[in-house]
Amino acid sequence: MTADATAVPALGKDLIGLETLSAAQIRVILDTAEPFKEVSERAIKKVPALRGKTIVNLFFEASTRTRISFEFAEKRLSADTVNVATQGSSVSKGETLVDTARNLEAMRIDMVVIRHGASGAAKFLGDRIESNVINAGDGKHEHPTQALLDILTLRDRFGELAGLKVAICGDILHSRVARSNIWCLTKLGVEVGVCGPPSLLPREVEALGVTVLPRIEDAIAWADALNVLRLQLERMQAGFIPSLREYNRVFGVTRERLERAPKDLVILHPGPMNRGVEIDSDVADGPFSVILPQVTNGVAVRMAVLYLLAGGTGAVAAAARGETS
Amino acid sequence: MAVEIVERCHGTEGLLLVGIQRRGVELAERIGKLIEGAEGVAVPLGKLDITLYRDDLQAIGPRPVVGETSLPASLDDRTVVIVDDVLHTGRTVRAALDEFADFGRPRRILLCVLIDRGGRELPIQADVAGQTVRVGPGERVDVFVTELDGRDAVELARDS
Repeated sequence: MTADATAVPALGKDLIGLETLSAAQIRVILDTAEPFKEVSERAIKKVPALRGKTIVNLFFEASTRTRISFEFAEKRLSADTVNVATQGSSVSKGETLVDTARNLEAMRIDMVVIRHGASGAAKFLGDRIESNVINAGDGKHEHPTQALLDILTLRDRFGELAGLKVAICGDILHSRVARSNIWCLTKLGVEVGVCGPPSLLPREVEALGVTVLPRIEDAIAWADALNVLRLQLERMQAGFIPSLREYNRVFGVTRERLERAPKDLVILHPGPMNRGVEIDSDVADGPFSVILPQVTNGVAVRMAVLYLLAGGTGAVAAAARGETS
Repeated sequence: MAVEIVERCHGTEGLLLVGIQRRGVELAERIGKLIEGAEGVAVPLGKLDITLYRDDLQAIGPRPVVGETSLPASLDDRTVVIVDDVLHTGRTVRAALDEFADFGRPRRILLCVLIDRGGRELPIQADVAGQTVRVGPGERVDVFVTELDGRDAVELARDS
Protein backbone atom coordinates (compact mmCIF):
# COMPACT_ATOMS: atom_id res chain seq x y z
CA MET A 1 0.00 0.00 0.00
CA THR A 2 1.08 3.56 -0.62
CA ALA A 3 1.38 5.00 2.84
CA ASP A 4 1.07 8.57 1.59
CA ALA A 5 -2.05 7.91 -0.47
CA THR A 6 -3.87 10.61 1.46
CA ALA A 7 -1.33 13.17 0.24
CA VAL A 8 -2.28 12.62 -3.41
CA PRO A 9 -4.96 14.95 -4.81
CA ALA A 10 -8.37 13.28 -5.01
CA LEU A 11 -9.56 12.14 -8.42
CA GLY A 12 -12.23 14.81 -8.54
CA LYS A 13 -15.86 14.35 -9.46
CA ASP A 14 -15.47 12.34 -12.64
CA LEU A 15 -13.15 9.85 -14.29
CA ILE A 16 -13.11 10.93 -17.92
CA GLY A 17 -9.65 9.86 -19.01
CA LEU A 18 -6.12 9.13 -17.90
CA GLU A 19 -4.57 11.98 -19.86
CA THR A 20 -5.42 14.41 -17.07
CA LEU A 21 -4.41 12.23 -14.12
CA SER A 22 -1.00 12.26 -12.49
CA ALA A 23 1.16 9.17 -12.08
CA ALA A 24 0.49 9.34 -8.32
CA GLN A 25 -3.28 9.40 -8.83
CA ILE A 26 -3.05 6.41 -11.17
CA ARG A 27 -1.00 4.54 -8.55
CA VAL A 28 -3.64 5.27 -5.90
CA ILE A 29 -6.28 3.65 -8.14
CA LEU A 30 -4.07 0.60 -8.80
CA ASP A 31 -3.18 0.26 -5.09
CA THR A 32 -6.83 0.60 -4.08
CA ALA A 33 -7.72 -2.16 -6.55
CA GLU A 34 -5.44 -4.62 -4.73
CA PRO A 35 -7.64 -5.19 -1.65
CA PHE A 36 -10.74 -5.31 -3.86
CA LYS A 37 -9.37 -8.37 -5.66
CA GLU A 38 -9.81 -10.29 -2.42
CA VAL A 39 -13.48 -9.27 -2.06
CA SER A 40 -14.32 -11.14 -5.28
CA GLU A 41 -12.66 -14.29 -3.87
CA ARG A 42 -14.86 -14.36 -0.75
CA ALA A 43 -17.80 -16.69 -0.35
CA ILE A 44 -19.98 -13.61 0.19
CA LYS A 45 -18.71 -11.28 -2.51
CA LYS A 46 -20.00 -8.08 -1.06
CA VAL A 47 -18.88 -5.20 1.12
CA PRO A 48 -21.18 -2.40 2.25
CA ALA A 49 -18.99 0.53 1.16
CA LEU A 50 -21.48 2.01 -1.34
CA ARG A 51 -24.67 1.00 0.40
CA GLY A 52 -27.47 3.38 -0.52
CA LYS A 53 -25.72 4.76 -3.62
CA THR A 54 -27.63 4.58 -6.87
CA ILE A 55 -25.61 4.08 -10.04
CA VAL A 56 -26.91 4.21 -13.61
CA ASN A 57 -25.08 2.37 -16.35
CA LEU A 58 -25.89 4.35 -19.44
CA PHE A 59 -24.68 2.43 -22.47
CA PHE A 60 -25.21 3.97 -25.88
CA GLU A 61 -22.99 1.36 -27.53
CA ALA A 62 -23.00 -2.40 -27.37
CA SER A 63 -20.92 -3.87 -24.57
CA THR A 64 -20.89 -7.14 -22.71
CA ARG A 65 -17.66 -7.28 -20.78
CA THR A 66 -17.43 -3.68 -19.66
CA ARG A 67 -21.06 -3.33 -18.68
CA ILE A 68 -21.17 -6.59 -16.75
CA SER A 69 -17.83 -5.82 -15.12
CA PHE A 70 -19.10 -2.43 -13.93
CA GLU A 71 -22.32 -4.02 -12.75
CA PHE A 72 -20.47 -6.65 -10.71
CA ALA A 73 -18.19 -3.97 -9.28
CA GLU A 74 -21.20 -1.87 -8.27
CA LYS A 75 -23.09 -4.79 -6.76
CA ARG A 76 -20.06 -6.07 -4.84
CA LEU A 77 -19.85 -2.62 -3.25
CA SER A 78 -23.58 -2.85 -2.35
CA ALA A 79 -24.69 -0.03 -4.64
CA ASP A 80 -28.10 -0.14 -6.33
CA THR A 81 -27.78 -0.26 -10.08
CA VAL A 82 -29.94 0.43 -13.10
CA ASN A 83 -28.93 -0.40 -16.65
CA VAL A 84 -30.15 1.82 -19.45
CA ALA A 85 -29.58 0.52 -22.94
CA THR A 86 -30.40 2.85 -25.77
CA GLN A 87 -32.75 0.44 -27.45
CA GLY A 88 -36.06 0.43 -25.65
CA SER A 89 -35.35 3.73 -23.90
CA SER A 90 -36.40 7.28 -24.71
CA VAL A 91 -33.05 7.74 -26.43
CA SER A 92 -34.53 5.89 -29.38
CA LYS A 93 -37.31 8.50 -29.40
CA GLY A 94 -34.74 11.23 -29.94
CA GLU A 95 -34.11 12.43 -26.39
CA THR A 96 -30.75 14.13 -26.02
CA LEU A 97 -27.97 12.82 -23.82
CA VAL A 98 -28.27 15.68 -21.36
CA ASP A 99 -32.04 15.38 -21.10
CA THR A 100 -31.77 11.67 -20.42
CA ALA A 101 -29.18 12.26 -17.72
CA ARG A 102 -31.06 15.16 -16.12
CA ASN A 103 -34.19 13.06 -15.94
CA LEU A 104 -32.21 10.31 -14.27
CA GLU A 105 -30.76 12.84 -11.86
CA ALA A 106 -34.25 14.03 -11.01
CA MET A 107 -34.75 10.52 -9.64
CA ARG A 108 -31.81 11.17 -7.29
CA ILE A 109 -28.99 9.08 -8.60
CA ASP A 110 -25.38 9.35 -7.44
CA MET A 111 -23.24 8.14 -10.32
CA VAL A 112 -23.44 7.55 -14.05
CA VAL A 113 -21.26 5.11 -15.96
CA ILE A 114 -21.45 6.10 -19.59
CA ARG A 115 -20.40 4.53 -22.86
CA HIS A 116 -21.03 6.57 -25.96
CA GLY A 117 -19.97 6.54 -29.59
CA ALA A 118 -19.01 10.21 -29.61
CA SER A 119 -15.57 11.29 -28.37
CA GLY A 120 -16.02 13.73 -25.52
CA ALA A 121 -19.50 12.52 -24.52
CA ALA A 122 -18.40 11.62 -20.99
CA LYS A 123 -16.86 15.01 -20.31
CA PHE A 124 -19.83 16.76 -21.89
CA LEU A 125 -22.12 14.93 -19.50
CA GLY A 126 -19.85 15.35 -16.47
CA ASP A 127 -19.78 19.10 -16.97
CA ARG A 128 -23.57 19.26 -16.98
CA ILE A 129 -24.76 17.03 -14.16
CA GLU A 130 -23.90 16.84 -10.49
CA SER A 131 -23.54 13.07 -10.28
CA ASN A 132 -20.12 11.47 -10.61
CA VAL A 133 -19.49 10.40 -14.20
CA ILE A 134 -17.26 7.48 -15.16
CA ASN A 135 -16.23 7.09 -18.76
CA ALA A 136 -16.71 3.50 -19.94
CA GLY A 137 -15.50 4.38 -23.43
CA ASP A 138 -16.29 7.47 -25.50
CA GLY A 139 -15.77 7.26 -29.25
CA LYS A 140 -12.09 7.31 -30.14
CA HIS A 141 -11.15 9.29 -27.04
CA GLU A 142 -10.49 7.18 -23.92
CA HIS A 143 -11.49 4.02 -22.10
CA PRO A 144 -9.73 4.63 -18.79
CA THR A 145 -10.84 1.59 -16.80
CA GLN A 146 -9.71 -0.74 -19.59
CA ALA A 147 -6.22 0.75 -19.55
CA LEU A 148 -6.12 0.60 -15.75
CA LEU A 149 -7.02 -3.08 -15.72
CA ASP A 150 -4.42 -3.77 -18.44
CA ILE A 151 -1.79 -2.06 -16.33
CA LEU A 152 -2.87 -3.76 -13.11
CA THR A 153 -2.45 -7.07 -14.96
CA LEU A 154 1.00 -6.05 -16.18
CA ARG A 155 1.95 -5.05 -12.64
CA ASP A 156 0.77 -8.45 -11.35
CA ARG A 157 3.01 -10.16 -13.89
CA PHE A 158 6.12 -7.97 -13.83
CA GLY A 159 6.01 -6.33 -10.39
CA GLU A 160 7.85 -3.21 -11.44
CA LEU A 161 6.41 -1.20 -14.34
CA ALA A 162 9.13 1.37 -14.94
CA GLY A 163 11.42 0.34 -17.78
CA LEU A 164 9.02 -2.27 -19.12
CA LYS A 165 8.38 -2.35 -22.87
CA VAL A 166 4.80 -2.74 -24.03
CA ALA A 167 3.80 -2.85 -27.69
CA ILE A 168 0.21 -2.01 -28.59
CA CYS A 169 -0.68 -3.76 -31.83
CA GLY A 170 -3.45 -3.19 -34.31
CA ASP A 171 -5.85 -0.36 -35.02
CA ILE A 172 -4.29 2.45 -33.01
CA LEU A 173 -6.08 5.14 -35.00
CA HIS A 174 -9.62 4.30 -33.90
CA SER A 175 -8.79 2.82 -30.51
CA ARG A 176 -9.72 4.52 -27.24
CA VAL A 177 -8.07 1.59 -25.47
CA ALA A 178 -4.77 2.41 -27.19
CA ARG A 179 -5.05 6.08 -26.31
CA SER A 180 -5.77 5.46 -22.62
CA ASN A 181 -2.98 2.88 -22.46
CA ILE A 182 -0.47 5.23 -24.05
CA TRP A 183 -1.28 8.05 -21.61
CA CYS A 184 -1.19 5.82 -18.59
CA LEU A 185 1.84 3.68 -19.46
CA THR A 186 4.07 6.59 -20.42
CA LYS A 187 3.20 8.39 -17.16
CA LEU A 188 4.26 5.30 -15.22
CA GLY A 189 7.62 5.10 -16.99
CA VAL A 190 6.76 2.25 -19.34
CA GLU A 191 8.23 2.36 -22.84
CA VAL A 192 5.38 2.11 -25.34
CA GLY A 193 5.59 0.90 -28.91
CA VAL A 194 2.79 0.87 -31.46
CA CYS A 195 2.53 -1.54 -34.33
CA GLY A 196 -0.04 -1.67 -37.11
CA PRO A 197 -0.70 -0.90 -40.76
CA PRO A 198 0.27 2.70 -41.57
CA SER A 199 -3.37 3.39 -42.47
CA LEU A 200 -4.37 2.54 -38.87
CA LEU A 201 -1.69 4.59 -37.09
CA PRO A 202 -2.51 8.19 -36.19
CA ARG A 203 -0.41 10.79 -37.95
CA GLU A 204 2.45 12.04 -35.78
CA VAL A 205 1.83 9.29 -33.25
CA GLU A 206 5.45 9.71 -32.10
CA ALA A 207 4.39 13.00 -30.52
CA LEU A 208 2.66 10.90 -27.84
CA GLY A 209 6.07 9.59 -26.80
CA VAL A 210 5.81 6.17 -28.41
CA THR A 211 8.07 4.17 -30.71
CA VAL A 212 6.61 3.11 -34.05
CA LEU A 213 7.33 -0.53 -34.84
CA PRO A 214 6.53 -1.06 -38.52
CA ARG A 215 6.30 -4.85 -38.53
CA ILE A 216 4.75 -7.24 -36.04
CA GLU A 217 8.09 -9.09 -35.95
CA ASP A 218 9.73 -5.85 -34.78
CA ALA A 219 7.17 -5.49 -32.01
CA ILE A 220 7.66 -9.08 -30.87
CA ALA A 221 11.45 -8.71 -30.84
CA TRP A 222 11.27 -5.41 -28.94
CA ALA A 223 8.56 -5.84 -26.31
CA ASP A 224 8.12 -7.56 -22.95
CA ALA A 225 4.35 -7.62 -23.44
CA LEU A 226 1.96 -7.22 -26.37
CA ASN A 227 -1.43 -5.59 -26.00
CA VAL A 228 -3.23 -6.92 -29.09
CA LEU A 229 -6.21 -4.77 -30.05
CA ARG A 230 -9.34 -6.01 -31.69
CA LEU A 231 -9.50 -5.30 -35.41
CA GLN A 232 -12.93 -3.83 -35.89
CA LEU A 233 -14.42 -5.48 -38.89
CA GLU A 234 -15.98 -2.23 -40.08
CA ARG A 235 -12.47 -1.01 -40.83
CA MET A 236 -12.16 -3.40 -43.71
CA GLN A 237 -15.33 -2.11 -45.35
CA ALA A 238 -13.99 1.42 -44.92
CA GLY A 239 -10.88 0.49 -46.86
CA PHE A 240 -8.27 0.80 -44.13
CA ILE A 241 -7.03 -2.73 -44.76
CA PRO A 242 -7.34 -4.90 -47.87
CA SER A 243 -8.70 -8.05 -46.21
CA LEU A 244 -8.85 -9.84 -42.86
CA ARG A 245 -6.82 -12.72 -44.21
CA GLU A 246 -4.07 -10.41 -45.34
CA TYR A 247 -4.15 -8.61 -41.98
CA ASN A 248 -3.66 -11.94 -40.23
CA ARG A 249 -0.82 -12.89 -42.57
CA VAL A 250 1.06 -9.61 -42.02
CA PHE A 251 0.08 -8.48 -38.51
CA GLY A 252 -1.45 -11.53 -36.83
CA VAL A 253 0.08 -12.59 -33.52
CA THR A 254 0.81 -16.25 -34.14
CA ARG A 255 2.61 -18.93 -32.19
CA GLU A 256 5.24 -19.26 -34.92
CA ARG A 257 6.09 -15.59 -34.65
CA LEU A 258 6.22 -15.67 -30.85
CA GLU A 259 8.46 -18.73 -30.86
CA ARG A 260 11.07 -16.73 -32.74
CA ALA A 261 11.10 -14.04 -30.02
CA PRO A 262 14.16 -13.80 -27.76
CA LYS A 263 11.95 -14.12 -24.65
CA ASP A 264 8.44 -15.15 -23.65
CA LEU A 265 6.00 -12.32 -24.16
CA VAL A 266 2.97 -11.66 -21.99
CA ILE A 267 -0.09 -11.33 -24.22
CA LEU A 268 -2.97 -8.99 -23.42
CA HIS A 269 -6.16 -8.44 -25.39
CA PRO A 270 -9.05 -6.19 -24.33
CA GLY A 271 -11.62 -8.41 -26.03
CA PRO A 272 -13.75 -9.35 -27.79
CA MET A 273 -11.21 -11.33 -29.80
CA ASN A 274 -11.32 -12.09 -33.49
CA ARG A 275 -9.57 -15.41 -33.34
CA GLY A 276 -7.55 -15.98 -36.49
CA VAL A 277 -7.46 -12.30 -37.36
CA GLU A 278 -5.36 -10.24 -34.94
CA ILE A 279 -4.58 -13.17 -32.65
CA ASP A 280 -4.38 -16.93 -33.16
CA SER A 281 -6.17 -19.31 -30.84
CA ASP A 282 -2.86 -20.96 -29.90
CA VAL A 283 -1.69 -17.64 -28.51
CA ALA A 284 -4.96 -16.52 -26.95
CA ASP A 285 -5.26 -19.79 -25.02
CA GLY A 286 -1.53 -20.20 -24.51
CA PRO A 287 0.53 -20.12 -21.32
CA PHE A 288 1.56 -16.46 -21.68
CA SER A 289 -1.91 -15.11 -22.28
CA VAL A 290 -3.32 -13.00 -19.43
CA ILE A 291 -6.58 -12.29 -21.20
CA LEU A 292 -8.77 -13.86 -18.51
CA PRO A 293 -6.79 -12.38 -15.57
CA GLN A 294 -7.44 -9.04 -17.29
CA VAL A 295 -11.17 -9.66 -17.00
CA THR A 296 -10.84 -10.61 -13.32
CA ASN A 297 -8.81 -7.47 -12.62
CA GLY A 298 -11.41 -5.39 -14.43
CA VAL A 299 -13.89 -5.86 -11.61
CA ALA A 300 -11.32 -4.88 -8.96
CA VAL A 301 -10.20 -1.78 -10.86
CA ARG A 302 -13.78 -0.64 -11.36
CA MET A 303 -14.55 -1.20 -7.70
CA ALA A 304 -11.56 0.98 -6.86
CA VAL A 305 -12.67 3.77 -9.19
CA LEU A 306 -16.27 3.68 -7.93
CA TYR A 307 -15.11 3.64 -4.33
CA LEU A 308 -12.65 6.52 -4.76
CA LEU A 309 -15.14 8.71 -6.61
CA ALA A 310 -18.03 7.93 -4.27
CA GLY A 311 -15.99 8.71 -1.17
CA GLY A 312 -17.04 12.31 -1.37
CA THR A 313 -16.58 15.47 -3.33
CA GLY A 314 -14.89 18.62 -2.21
CA ALA A 315 -14.20 19.70 1.34
CA VAL A 316 -13.64 16.38 2.98
CA ALA A 317 -9.87 15.97 2.93
CA ALA A 318 -9.45 17.80 6.22
CA ALA A 319 -11.66 15.31 7.99
CA ALA A 320 -9.49 12.44 6.78
CA ARG A 321 -7.23 12.92 9.77
CA GLY A 322 -10.04 11.80 12.10
CA GLU A 323 -9.50 8.89 14.46
CA THR A 324 -10.53 5.48 13.32
CA SER A 325 -11.10 3.73 16.63
CA MET B 1 -3.05 -10.55 27.81
CA ALA B 2 -2.00 -13.77 26.05
CA VAL B 3 -2.55 -15.74 29.24
CA GLU B 4 -5.93 -14.15 29.80
CA ILE B 5 -7.04 -14.99 26.26
CA VAL B 6 -6.11 -18.65 26.70
CA GLU B 7 -7.88 -18.75 30.07
CA ARG B 8 -11.03 -17.18 28.73
CA CYS B 9 -11.08 -19.50 25.75
CA HIS B 10 -10.30 -22.60 27.86
CA GLY B 11 -7.29 -23.46 25.71
CA THR B 12 -6.31 -22.88 22.13
CA GLU B 13 -8.78 -25.23 20.44
CA GLY B 14 -10.37 -23.45 17.45
CA LEU B 15 -8.74 -20.17 18.43
CA LEU B 16 -8.14 -17.51 15.77
CA LEU B 17 -6.46 -14.16 16.42
CA VAL B 18 -7.57 -11.42 14.04
CA GLY B 19 -5.66 -8.16 14.03
CA ILE B 20 -7.39 -5.00 12.87
CA GLN B 21 -5.34 -3.05 10.32
CA ARG B 22 -2.94 -1.55 10.99
CA ARG B 23 -1.40 -1.80 14.48
CA GLY B 24 -3.74 -4.58 15.57
CA VAL B 25 -2.07 -6.90 13.07
CA GLU B 26 1.33 -6.59 14.76
CA LEU B 27 -0.19 -6.94 18.22
CA ALA B 28 -2.02 -10.11 17.15
CA GLU B 29 1.24 -11.56 15.84
CA ARG B 30 2.97 -10.88 19.13
CA ILE B 31 0.15 -12.35 21.21
CA GLY B 32 0.24 -15.37 18.90
CA LYS B 33 3.97 -15.84 19.61
CA LEU B 34 3.43 -15.54 23.36
CA ILE B 35 0.66 -18.13 23.28
CA GLU B 36 2.85 -20.41 21.19
CA GLY B 37 5.68 -20.00 23.70
CA ALA B 38 3.46 -20.84 26.66
CA GLU B 39 1.23 -23.52 25.17
CA GLY B 40 3.42 -24.92 22.38
CA VAL B 41 0.61 -24.49 19.85
CA ALA B 42 0.75 -22.18 16.84
CA VAL B 43 -2.42 -20.12 16.82
CA PRO B 44 -3.72 -19.16 13.35
CA LEU B 45 -3.70 -15.45 12.59
CA GLY B 46 -5.90 -13.34 10.38
CA LYS B 47 -6.05 -9.70 9.47
CA LEU B 48 -9.01 -7.53 8.86
CA ASP B 49 -9.41 -4.17 7.20
CA ILE B 50 -12.71 -2.60 8.14
CA THR B 51 -12.47 0.42 5.85
CA LEU B 52 -15.18 -0.88 3.52
CA TYR B 53 -17.50 -1.47 6.46
CA ARG B 54 -17.16 1.95 8.02
CA ASP B 55 -20.31 3.97 8.66
CA ASP B 56 -18.61 7.27 7.86
CA LEU B 57 -17.22 6.98 4.33
CA GLN B 58 -18.91 10.27 3.48
CA ALA B 59 -17.55 12.05 6.51
CA ILE B 60 -13.91 11.02 6.50
CA GLY B 61 -13.18 11.76 2.90
CA PRO B 62 -12.73 10.10 -0.41
CA ARG B 63 -9.61 8.08 0.06
CA PRO B 64 -9.15 6.17 3.27
CA VAL B 65 -6.44 3.70 2.41
CA VAL B 66 -7.85 0.20 2.13
CA GLY B 67 -5.61 -2.47 3.62
CA GLU B 68 -5.47 -6.18 3.17
CA THR B 69 -8.01 -8.57 4.64
CA SER B 70 -7.05 -12.21 4.99
CA LEU B 71 -9.11 -14.64 6.97
CA PRO B 72 -9.38 -18.42 6.84
CA ALA B 73 -11.97 -19.70 4.40
CA SER B 74 -14.54 -20.20 7.12
CA LEU B 75 -14.99 -18.81 10.58
CA ASP B 76 -17.68 -21.32 11.46
CA ASP B 77 -17.33 -22.74 14.97
CA ARG B 78 -14.12 -20.90 15.71
CA THR B 79 -13.36 -18.71 18.69
CA VAL B 80 -12.30 -15.42 17.14
CA VAL B 81 -10.32 -12.90 19.16
CA ILE B 82 -10.35 -9.41 17.69
CA VAL B 83 -7.06 -7.65 18.47
CA ASP B 84 -6.75 -3.89 18.19
CA ASP B 85 -4.52 -1.19 19.62
CA VAL B 86 -6.99 1.33 21.04
CA LEU B 87 -10.66 0.91 21.94
CA HIS B 88 -12.44 4.26 21.75
CA THR B 89 -15.91 4.76 20.24
CA GLY B 90 -16.42 1.07 19.44
CA ARG B 91 -17.30 1.83 15.83
CA THR B 92 -14.31 -0.04 14.43
CA VAL B 93 -15.35 -3.12 16.40
CA ARG B 94 -18.94 -2.74 15.19
CA ALA B 95 -17.61 -2.70 11.60
CA ALA B 96 -15.43 -5.74 12.32
CA LEU B 97 -18.42 -7.67 13.70
CA ASP B 98 -20.38 -6.87 10.55
CA GLU B 99 -17.48 -8.03 8.39
CA PHE B 100 -17.15 -11.31 10.32
CA ALA B 101 -20.80 -11.99 9.62
CA ASP B 102 -19.94 -12.04 5.91
CA PHE B 103 -17.27 -14.69 6.48
CA GLY B 104 -19.20 -17.16 8.57
CA ARG B 105 -20.59 -17.76 12.02
CA PRO B 106 -17.93 -17.94 14.71
CA ARG B 107 -18.85 -19.84 17.85
CA ARG B 108 -17.71 -16.93 19.94
CA ILE B 109 -16.05 -13.54 19.38
CA LEU B 110 -13.89 -11.83 22.00
CA LEU B 111 -12.36 -8.38 21.97
CA CYS B 112 -8.78 -7.83 23.10
CA VAL B 113 -7.26 -4.32 23.10
CA LEU B 114 -3.98 -2.90 24.30
CA ILE B 115 -5.53 0.35 25.53
CA ASP B 116 -9.14 1.02 26.54
CA ARG B 117 -9.45 4.78 26.50
CA GLY B 118 -13.18 5.05 27.21
CA GLY B 119 -15.49 7.28 25.19
CA ARG B 120 -17.73 4.55 23.81
CA GLU B 121 -20.55 5.47 21.43
CA LEU B 122 -21.84 1.91 21.11
CA PRO B 123 -22.59 -0.85 23.64
CA ILE B 124 -19.26 -2.63 23.08
CA GLN B 125 -16.74 -3.58 25.80
CA ALA B 126 -13.34 -5.27 25.77
CA ASP B 127 -12.98 -8.78 27.17
CA VAL B 128 -9.25 -8.33 27.63
CA ALA B 129 -7.62 -4.92 27.98
CA GLY B 130 -3.91 -4.31 28.61
CA GLN B 131 -4.50 -0.98 30.24
CA THR B 132 -7.49 1.24 30.89
CA VAL B 133 -6.80 4.95 30.78
CA ARG B 134 -8.93 8.00 31.28
CA VAL B 135 -8.51 10.33 28.33
CA GLY B 136 -9.91 13.82 28.34
CA PRO B 137 -11.58 15.52 25.41
CA GLY B 138 -9.05 16.86 22.93
CA GLU B 139 -6.57 14.16 23.84
CA ARG B 140 -5.57 11.17 21.80
CA VAL B 141 -3.83 7.86 22.44
CA ASP B 142 -1.13 6.89 19.96
CA VAL B 143 0.25 3.36 19.92
CA PHE B 144 3.60 2.73 18.26
CA VAL B 145 4.97 -0.70 17.40
CA THR B 146 8.54 -1.50 16.42
CA GLU B 147 7.49 -3.27 13.21
CA LEU B 148 5.90 -0.14 11.75
CA ASP B 149 7.21 2.76 13.81
CA GLY B 150 10.65 1.63 14.96
CA ARG B 151 9.73 1.70 18.65
CA ASP B 152 7.22 0.35 21.13
CA ALA B 153 5.35 3.08 22.93
CA VAL B 154 1.96 4.30 24.03
CA GLU B 155 1.66 8.06 24.15
CA LEU B 156 -1.02 10.44 25.24
CA ALA B 157 -1.06 13.36 22.83
CA ARG B 158 -3.06 16.52 22.56
CA ASP B 159 -5.14 16.70 19.41
CA SER B 160 -3.69 19.29 17.10
